Amino acid sequence: MLTLGLLLLPIAFGLLGTLLPAFGYLPALGGVGLSLEPFRALVATPGLVPAAVLSLVTGLVATILSLGITLLFVAGFAGTPVLARIQHIISPLLAVPHAAAAFGLAFLIAPSGFLIRLVAPLFGIERPPDVLIPHDPWGLAMIAGLVIKETPFLFLVTLAALPQVDLTAARRLAASFCYGRIAGFVYLLWPALYRQIRFAVYAVIAYSSSVVDVAVILGPNLPGTLATRLVQWMNDPDLSVRFLASAGAVLQLGVTLTALLAWFGLERLSTILLRSFGDRGYRFVHDLTVRRLAMIAVTIIGASVFAGLFLLGLWSLAGLWLFPDLLPRDFTVRSWMTTLPRIGDPLVTTLIAGLASTLIAVVLTVGCLEREIQTGRRGGDRSLLLLYLPLIVPQIAFVFGLQLLFVGSGSDQRLTALILVHLVFVLPYVFLSLADPWRALDRRYEIIATALGRSRLSVLLSIRLPMLIRPILTALAVGFAVSVGQYLPTVLIGEGRLTTITTEAVALASGNNRRVIGVYALLQTILPFLAFALAALLPVLLHRNRREMRV
Amino acid sequence: MMRLMTGIFAAGFIAAASGLPALASGPDLSDWAAIEKSASGQTVYFNAWGGSENINAYLEWVGAEMQSRYGVTVIQVKLDDTASAVAKVIAEKAAGKDAGGSVDLIWINGENFVSMKQQELLLTPGWATSLPNWVYVDVENQPTILTDFTEPTEGLESPWGGAKMVFFYDSARTDASTLPDSASQLLDWAKKNPGRFSYPAPPDFIGSSFLKQVLSEVIDDPGKLAEPVNEASFERDVEPLFAYLDQLHDAAWRSGKAFPQNYPDMKQKLADGELDIIFAFNPSEASAGIKAGELPDTVRSFTFSGGTLGNTHFVAIPYNANAKEGALLTANFLISPEAQLRKQDPTYWGDPTVLSMAKLPDADRSAFAALDLGVATLSPEKLGPVIAEPHASWMERIEVEWRRRYASGN
Repeated sequence: MLTLGLLLLPIAFGLLGTLLPAFGYLPALGGVGLSLEPFRALVATPGLVPAAVLSLVTGLVATILSLGITLLFVAGFAGTPVLARIQHIISPLLAVPHAAAAFGLAFLIAPSGFLIRLVAPLFGIERPPDVLIPHDPWGLAMIAGLVIKETPFLFLVTLAALPQVDLTAARRLAASFCYGRIAGFVYLLWPALYRQIRFAVYAVIAYSSSVVDVAVILGPNLPGTLATRLVQWMNDPDLSVRFLASAGAVLQLGVTLTALLAWFGLERLSTILLRSFGDRGYRFVHDLTVRRLAMIAVTIIGASVFAGLFLLGLWSLAGLWLFPDLLPRDFTVRSWMTTLPRIGDPLVTTLIAGLASTLIAVVLTVGCLEREIQTGRRGGDRSLLLLYLPLIVPQIAFVFGLQLLFVGSGSDQRLTALILVHLVFVLPYVFLSLADPWRALDRRYEIIATALGRSRLSVLLSIRLPMLIRPILTALAVGFAVSVGQYLPTVLIGEGRLTTITTEAVALASGNNRRVIGVYALLQTILPFLAFALAALLPVLLHRNRREMRV
Repeated sequence: MMRLMTGIFAAGFIAAASGLPALASGPDLSDWAAIEKSASGQTVYFNAWGGSENINAYLEWVGAEMQSRYGVTVIQVKLDDTASAVAKVIAEKAAGKDAGGSVDLIWINGENFVSMKQQELLLTPGWATSLPNWVYVDVENQPTILTDFTEPTEGLESPWGGAKMVFFYDSARTDASTLPDSASQLLDWAKKNPGRFSYPAPPDFIGSSFLKQVLSEVIDDPGKLAEPVNEASFERDVEPLFAYLDQLHDAAWRSGKAFPQNYPDMKQKLADGELDIIFAFNPSEASAGIKAGELPDTVRSFTFSGGTLGNTHFVAIPYNANAKEGALLTANFLISPEAQLRKQDPTYWGDPTVLSMAKLPDADRSAFAALDLGVATLSPEKLGPVIAEPHASWMERIEVEWRRRYASGN
């Protein structure tokens, strides 16, 4: 109940704070009556439909590609040493914030970027070609930026769920009936696996269809996606545009919901296809090419993020760096020297907000899940939907309303408010990461322990938590990374007085100084990276004498 | 009439019921010693664009000085857009927070100022002209100090720095003799050098300024720009501007399908060789860029002999500021000869002063004269005439029209 309240109240109030202005009510700006005027203005906005369609399509395509690559790769390589090796290489990618990954990709693929500098001497290129990359009108660069970030996320979530299905037996069964490796995996294991990761997929859809920072850095900007235009409206000096922005926020909600509905349709369709393929006995024996393609895709994803990070690092140390030079003319630590003395306070705020909100989220999640196990009552899909509301409702649709609420309450507990608001976004991700592994754990361990006279608490502490230490730590790291990446809520609730690494990074990014962007993007990456490194290393240390617990 | 009466009654009732204090009165500006006294120990949250490292460093210096001189703590709240500070004040007004607000001082001008002034979100009555250092301010020669985008400042904001549109190019790549000297020559230049010129898309401040520069040169009667937009003739008035842009976009960087984000983005693109002519609103930006290792030392500047836009940027205090005295003290320090000298020095910032050399004490005047403005900075005499900013309503209308034509995806 408490958990739901913590999630729902802020969203409800926030949505109210958005809905009222959307219907013309905001006394401070002279809107005292209800009207449909903001929506009329919205409909009259030129280019609204292309913007909404762009949000919808890029969000869906990015999700389909990310999930497809994840599925094919896991299906092709689950149970092989390749998977374990790739997992170690690719999980750090989760730590890279979206904005940092997007900047890195832009540095790589732009006409004055690193890739073209690599080939410039071969083709005699002296000036950057005048081609529209990134910001291409189809949103391809933006989709690429989303895919390189979301694939590692889905990959890790899938791997976390993988131990809950009987991979070895399924592999043997499929092989003995002469099914291809991928086909066998998809027929036998995927449905159960997908059920465990589907909320992660929904979060990816919601995120991709309403993302702001990636869209600004890589997406088309004439017209931009709906979300980027919303931010422009929210920041418009002409204050009456705020009504339009609120109406637009409601539309964004609709776009995200449409994307989800379309996805449900795709789910049904693929279930039917899968069943009919299975019924007809298609075995897809020769899937080596597909496996190789999946391997190549994953390699490209990993390589582009790492290369991007490397470039960010290089830029942060660059002196004068002209086109088409491969390296800067000189190096300087000036950017770091001017930055480091200033990051103390933002760093502390980042850590406090991240650690506090994540710990609270884990405790609440464990409480909810434990209660669920004990009462045997699952909340059902409806309460699950409520739980995921903060991920599905675009941030932009309710944080402005929330800001009004906090200001109105006259509260001086800004840090507490910040932690609570971060919790709203952290909690679902933590729940998402933890719920399915938690439920999938074989309950017979506990039944035996209880039969041996252990109390429930002791069973929880000595059996369940240790056995689930890997997903718990992963959930902590995910939560921390989510908190570190929060921009909009931090800026609005912190009122600019509580700054985090991310708010500093975005403020500085508006100056578009590549050197400074490099410094902050790396700083932004290091923190969650440490969290994920701990999540990966601790179980190894804890389980060094328990072979079966290693994954 | 009846409705009006009810309204007055209701307002009176609400005021009485909630025990509203009398109108929050600002500090008494005639008693500066008292202001200094009550400012001591206050914390001033200075909301200022945070996108430039050297400006942030300058503000840190201001903070240190304010601390040691007056015991006032100045904290820069780094914004990515000034409008978000305006939004904060609005949110507070909406929530009835008429005192103890979170914004004490805002770096502001143009639309944001007009907007705050019209919504009565600024500290009244006008205080800027009562600041002790106001005596040095160059009100005679810089008309934009008293009218911000033709909106009278009425002392509601205090000038902080001057701005003038200046163009930059890399002399190693572009021959100085081919440079344009007017907007129409710039268009010809762009056609001869396709893909090498562009401007930030509005509502970026620099981008909107470029539109106003072109408009001032191509409109049939520039006098119209001093007045608010005349809706009846607006279409016809801006027709030459958009005819110009239609041609320019065909020849512009990325064929006008994308635009640089802002000035620093253009600076990067000059270094990358993507753009050959860029511009800024600060004559010494290029020198500062060379010093910072961002631009090659072959970059030089030029303006149009017919004049380029110039304006002033200001600081303002919201009506519900928490540290009004501290904010007043800070605003006064910002127009002190010492703070303005450091600000004009390209080593720190390179922003033109708002002070009048004639009014300064001798020592300060020679310090300003001794400043090395940098290899790529034009001397004040060579900056050319100033074209005044059009009325703020032009900016809003042009931006809307621009978006309708070019940003709608049609």
